[in-house]
Amino acid sequence: MNFDWWMLFEVSLAGLGSGGLYALAGLAFVLIYKATRVVNLAIGEMLMMGAYFFFATAASLGWPIWLAMIAAVLGSGVLGAVIERALIRPMLGEAPISVFMITVGLSSILVGTVELIWGADQLRLPDFMPSDPVLIGEAMVSPKIFYGFLAATALIAAVLLVFRFWRGGVALRATASDQAAAYSMGIDVPRVFSLTWTVAAMVAAIAGIIVGSISSLSPTMGVFGLSVLVVVIVGGLDSVPGALVGGLLVGLVESWTGTYLGGEFKLLATFSLLVLILMLRPYGLFGTHEIERL
Amino acid sequence: MRIGSAKETYSRDEALFDSRTQRVWLGVLALALLLFPFVANQYWLYLACLVAINVASATGLNILTGYTGQVSLGQAAFMGVGAYAVAVLEKQLGTPVLLNLAAAGGTAMLFGLVVGIPSLRVKGLYLAIATIAASFILHFVFANWTRVTGGTAGLSLPPAKIFGIVLDTEFRLYWLIMPITLLMLAGAANLFRTRIGRAFVAIRDRDISAEVLGIPLLRYKLLSFGLSSFYAGVAGGLWAYFFRSVTPESFPLLMSIFFLAAIIVGGMGSILGGILGAVFMTLVPEVLKLMVGWLPNASEAMVFLAPVRTIVFGALIVGFLIFEPHGLAEIWRRVRRFFHLWPFRT
Repeated sequence: MNFDWWMLFEVSLAGLGSGGLYALAGLAFVLIYKATRVVNLAIGEMLMMGAYFFFATAASLGWPIWLAMIAAVLGSGVLGAVIERALIRPMLGEAPISVFMITVGLSSILVGTVELIWGADQLRLPDFMPSDPVLIGEAMVSPKIFYGFLAATALIAAVLLVFRFWRGGVALRATASDQAAAYSMGIDVPRVFSLTWTVAAMVAAIAGIIVGSISSLSPTMGVFGLSVLVVVIVGGLDSVPGALVGGLLVGLVESWTGTYLGGEFKLLATFSLLVLILMLRPYGLFGTHEIERL
Repeated sequence: MRIGSAKETYSRDEALFDSRTQRVWLGVLALALLLFPFVANQYWLYLACLVAINVASATGLNILTGYTGQVSLGQAAFMGVGAYAVAVLEKQLGTPVLLNLAAAGGTAMLFGLVVGIPSLRVKGLYLAIATIAASFILHFVFANWTRVTGGTAGLSLPPAKIFGIVLDTEFRLYWLIMPITLLMLAGAANLFRTRIGRAFVAIRDRDISAEVLGIPLLRYKLLSFGLSSFYAGVAGGLWAYFFRSVTPESFPLLMSIFFLAAIIVGGMGSILGGILGAVFMTLVPEVLKLMVGWLPNASEAMVFLAPVRTIVFGALIVGFLIFEPHGLAEIWRRVRRFFHLWPFRT
């Protein structure tokens, strides 16, 4: 039996590469969930908005890449803050299901807006990553995925450091662990909510720009959000390390099934993984097991 | 004007329609539904059939989500199961229409029971996500079990035939679809006057208390899933007879979101809400199309129709949740209350 180990290695690297992006988007999701307890189904659409903002500034307005990227990320941050203020804040204290449905409606609004402004066709983002293939041993990795992975890792590290040491990050973690206590310690909880949505939208925007430049840009990009949903459920909704491990795991599973079984099995495999996890550990690999009290 | 309604017996108190005004208006509505096919043109008949199918399915989801509190995003997939069941039976066995529809409901019910099993361990949003997973897995089966489902090309089926009459026009289909929908609505409305329906409501309000009260959670949650998917299956079967072509793409996740949106907009936990919501959400896109048609440069504006529909769809969900969480049914109740004492108090 001459199993092609290099190929498996190559496929796994590609899987880890896209897994890094899942982890990044999962991080944005977990941030929002930890601080505000909102399951944000519109995460894929927030990625998409970031990518389209980048397209608007870099391709339509012709700004230099770095400026366009900063503008896109800031624009997404503003969008995140607006979403929080206009849609999420009025729903404070409502049933989680209602807030969840708000984000479902939001994703529909965002998709419609994008189609209205940019049309439903696929668009290409300007290339900004080096295009020489990267060789690791005999395995070849697509440069976009490789640099995308590097960028995602760097950003994840940056976000983690920020939330470890920055004052606002500490406030966020305090709010996440006990809202009432955070209030009584003088933390402005509504501002923390707004801050979280802003930061999460920015992180999502960067993930969106990378995802958009690896494949292409279209209003159906939000489907990416469904895989992100699997990632965070597998890892545990409120666990940052869970999002990272879950992201890499889902990336690997998708890449393996995509190569060895065929593209149509990808979604089947991810969702089977989801069902498996829900059956065995409903709160995810690293999530908090909440105990219901009466 | 109505001052009060004194009820002297328990059966009067439990009655679905307790005042004469209500029964009179119900009669008017029945007459309108009876005469509708004779005055409406083909387009309106088409809409009426579509609305009726959606009402049936939304009512099923309302049993599960509105009354039992188990959020499901798999309703469209269960409709798909029903539609495929009808298509396969019709093509391979040629069994009678009503039997096919019952079988469609039954098959969807079986799938619903399987999907409902996680509902004992996972709750709320986790359950919603589990049903998303189920709907993707079902979509995969539809697309890849080529021998039975015809793969991505799907199945097309001959027009339904009942008592020797070929139901090939909207006018004739109306007489199949509308009575079945009405029957299912009556069934759902009566369900919540029985022990089972009350148990559902108890589970929705507080599942642990319900279990303490002696309601076996697993059995009733599964029952709710089963009933809801039975409704979806029958609706899917009607859908198959109506469009006469079933493909895996006919029942996307968006359609499940549509049904959830319909019961939110209409009002969860109210039969009337399910009806109003499904009617409203089905007609809004058509009204938008009409409005675009009135614009001066209509043919150019048509390009924007699809995105505007998507935005309006999302905005309706968001708007109702923020401003009118109890939905159209609550607006309806408010209007009715206004007329109770009209014209003496406003």
